[in-house]
Amino acid sequence: METTYREALRQALDDAMTADSAITLLGEEVGRYGGAYGVTKGLLEKFGKERVIDAPISEAGIVGAAVGAAMTGLRPVAELMYVDFIGLAMDQVANQAAKIRYMFGGQIGVPMVLRAPCGTGRSGGAQHSQSLEAWILHMPGLRLAMPGTVSDAYHLLRAALRLPDPVVFIEHKALYVRKGELDTQRMDAPWGRAIMRRGGRDATIVAYSRMVHRALEAAEALAADGISAEVIDLRTLNPLDMETVSASVARTGRALVASEGHLTGGAAAEIAAQIQEACFDWLEEPILRLAAEDVPVPVSPALEAASVPTAESIARTVRRMVHR
Amino acid sequence: MDQGPSRAGQGRSGLALDLYRTMRRIRTFEERVAELFVRQQSAGSMLHLSIGEEGAAAGVGRAMVEGDSFTTHHRGHGVFLARGGDPNRMMAEIAGKAAGYCGGKGGSMHIADMALGHLGANAIVGGGIPAVVGAGLSYRRLRRPQVSVAFFGDGAMQQGILYESMNMAALWRLPVLFVCINNQYGMGTHIDRASASAAWDERARSFGLAAAMVDGEDTLAVYDAASALLAGARDGIPGYLGVSCYRFHGHARMDKSPYRDAAEEEAGRRRDPIARMANRLRGEFEVAGAEIEMVDAAAAAEMDTAMTFAIQAPLPEPAAMFTDVFAPDQPAPRPVADRIAAALGES
Ligand SMILES: Cc1ncc(C[n+]2csc(CCOP(=O)(O)OP(=O)(O)O)c2C)c(N)n1
Ligand SMILES: [Mg+2]
Repeated sequence: METTYREALRQALDDAMTADSAITLLGEEVGRYGGAYGVTKGLLEKFGKERVIDAPISEAGIVGAAVGAAMTGLRPVAELMYVDFIGLAMDQVANQAAKIRYMFGGQIGVPMVLRAPCGTGRSGGAQHSQSLEAWILHMPGLRLAMPGTVSDAYHLLRAALRLPDPVVFIEHKALYVRKGELDTQRMDAPWGRAIMRRGGRDATIVAYSRMVHRALEAAEALAADGISAEVIDLRTLNPLDMETVSASVARTGRALVASEGHLTGGAAAEIAAQIQEACFDWLEEPILRLAAEDVPVPVSPALEAASVPTAESIARTVRRMVHR
Repeated sequence: MDQGPSRAGQGRSGLALDLYRTMRRIRTFEERVAELFVRQQSAGSMLHLSIGEEGAAAGVGRAMVEGDSFTTHHRGHGVFLARGGDPNRMMAEIAGKAAGYCGGKGGSMHIADMALGHLGANAIVGGGIPAVVGAGLSYRRLRRPQVSVAFFGDGAMQQGILYESMNMAALWRLPVLFVCINNQYGMGTHIDRASASAAWDERARSFGLAAAMVDGEDTLAVYDAASALLAGARDGIPGYLGVSCYRFHGHARMDKSPYRDAAEEEAGRRRDPIARMANRLRGEFEVAGAEIEMVDAAAAAEMDTAMTFAIQAPLPEPAAMFTDVFAPDQPAPRPVADRIAAALGES
């Protein structure tokens, strides 16, 4: 069936809550308002206010309460209105949720999901437009999902809600209205596996979240020039499926990683390093990274758009890499 | 408490007319911001209008003196106008233009002007509050007579950082004032559903602050309460002022407030500090209707000019992206394109 990314997320929560009565939503405006981006619409009416809890503007408290609830029998889904606000809750995410299983010698896990939207495109400015996955990726103990498609929005969220450990689940706000196919009975690939979205011979573009679509658009443009680019969608960054990525790069000999996070110390840097470790002997060209500029996200629309990779910049870069 | 040349000799009626003028300018400015959005000339839709809250901005803003600094929340246009903000540069910033206060990098939620003591608007609820504690520390150590004022919404009353800040301000006896503009809502959530108790002045007192709560429809009362608290703050007794009002419109431009019923909104919008002040001017202060109309007309002309200025102003140059990350004499961050070119051996 065709549906939207937003609706797929809502459906996933609905189905998971029906299947597992421990699942409890907690966040600002998740109940009566239906979520700042409408993802939780109707869930309060369906599941009641014990399971869909409108919280005050207290991010540290929300995430911390989710941690405690996860340790004592619930499976909380905490929502941050923007991933930028993870700054207020970072102690609870990185020092508490991520470390509890390890510090306490494996006695208990923290089975919670922290949902948050990321990304540019709304002139939201430096505090409402970031892509902070690198902060999460850096932290042992946290799983990290970044769905790019409608099907993954549903299936990765369902999978996250069955895992024994904390999952940070980052949605892209520009994708909420995106349409795509959803078969709730069939997942594109298991949790933790990357997937090839388009096959190609000359170069591999590794992407996740919104950049998957920009990479596919770029591959289409490149095909018109006779360049055959393969597009790999990582789907989850922890686990990071280097097997799929390496198999592709070993065939094409060229790799470009596209990410909306900042270049320096970003997720693309980690992925590029791992490609280099796994594929050095097959590489024909240096591994390239296209990422957000190392500047805070500016508000002015033209500057904002130019601060992150585009289909054009991806295509242009692959073209130069192939024709060098 | 009247200070400054424009206030001398005018007494209470001059003050009242001044407050009215400031409020009218704020409301008209916000109406033009709404129009800028409708004309698709604003940078995005995250524009938070302070219509209905002018009493708080004008009353406290007028009680502050030159040199006092402040931070605001995301709904901060009114406060800044009350502290002397230039409508042209504000509107240009809201449009994401180079002539804006922050060169188009900050937008509506990040307007700042160090020259006027505006240490910055903030898009993180509560994010600007602790800075006034730091400003208070500076003023004390540097033996300056200033006060620093944090303006924030009722939503920030539920953020932990506020209470860390209140405690430090009281502990160190800093020249700081916390001003909560309580418009009853944080987005779609009424304060009753966000806060177990609304006796926020008691929270502040329990930290050792001087505290007051006033009706934001009565701008003179706001002014009086703020004046008293600012005087105390200057003497090292930090304060808290709660100003209650009603957010006349939706949270941001895309919000039609479906969570409020029409009767409530109608009653809320009757709590209008501008209409109330106009009545008092005509009655108690015997100001001629024509004089009030002149104030209105001047505000309309001023804000029309600001809107036109913002629309016609040029966009920032693409290279502006890389400035201001660090100090001007420092190397700018290297653009991604340069890194790619270097990796490909093109440069
Ligand atoms: C830390 C943080 N959490 C959530 C938000 C999203 N948000 C923006 S404004 C707002 C409501 C704020 O309410 P209030 O403080 O009362 O200010 P008002 O909008 O009513 O002026 C929310 C939840 C945010 N910007 N920052
Ligand atoms: Mg409010």
